[in-house]
Amino acid sequence: MVSLFSAEGLSSLVFVFIVITTVIGAVIATHSERLIRAVTGLAICFIGVAGLYYYLNSPFVALMEMLIYVGAVCVTIVFAVMLADPNPEREAGKGSVFTGPLSFALGFILFWGLSALALKTAWQGPATRVNDGSLEEVGKSLLTHYSMAFELISVVLLLAIIGALVLARQGRTPTGGE
Amino acid sequence: MQIPAFGDTLTTYLVIAALLFGIGFYGLVQRRTLIGMLIAGELILAGASINFMAFNRFLAPDPTVGQIFTLFIMGIAAAEAAIALSIIIAVYRNYRTIDAEDVAELKG
Repeated sequence: MVSLFSAEGLSSLVFVFIVITTVIGAVIATHSERLIRAVTGLAICFIGVAGLYYYLNSPFVALMEMLIYVGAVCVTIVFAVMLADPNPEREAGKGSVFTGPLSFALGFILFWGLSALALKTAWQGPATRVNDGSLEEVGKSLLTHYSMAFELISVVLLLAIIGALVLARQGRTPTGGE
Repeated sequence: MQIPAFGDTLTTYLVIAALLFGIGFYGLVQRRTLIGMLIAGELILAGASINFMAFNRFLAPDPTVGQIFTLFIMGIAAAEAAIALSIIIAVYRNYRTIDAEDVAELKG
């Protein structure tokens, strides 16, 4: 426990605010009727997740989270929502048994089980640390120990870009000339 | 006034990650449009990344491994989102809908 008006107390207060932002964003992302609002909720949730990464001593990963998820993935989903023009979700009744209370129960069971596991285990800290996990160390191991995976992920991204272009090249007009 | 130091314990992050995972799973099962399912899948990936970062900060002997893994998850998730969205647009072009229950031509 720390005093609320010390530096640690204020940072703890900001942490609580970030957690609330994350959870509210996630709830908006799964519950809103219109998909464009769901994307906005996803962006809010990712801003909160970036804050969590900042609290985990990794400002670089927090920056990448903002840049890639909020800046790129959410904008791409917005483009897809505009191109595909989805109707608002229809009323319940046509859906399968999984929509509604059963899906909520499944999600809650997962959350409850995982957090019970996290709370009951006695986690043991490391005996020693080989480095301090700064950005310099991340860059060094990315270019020495993980260079193969680093190159492979470039290839994966290149293939994803080309594949996306090939699949979606013709926009929203149907093929075959209807 | 006293307040617990939430940001400095491992279990806080693990519980938040489990919550994001549960919400994402709920959305994945409950959503009926393909884009909604994709959004819920991104939430699940975010939960997994938070787990990696938390273990990296508190338990790992080499604190660069989790950060690099999270960066790789981001790259894979970006590629996955691009491919999935172009498939969704191709489905929309042929079926005029992105409702997962209407795209059932192969259903027996």
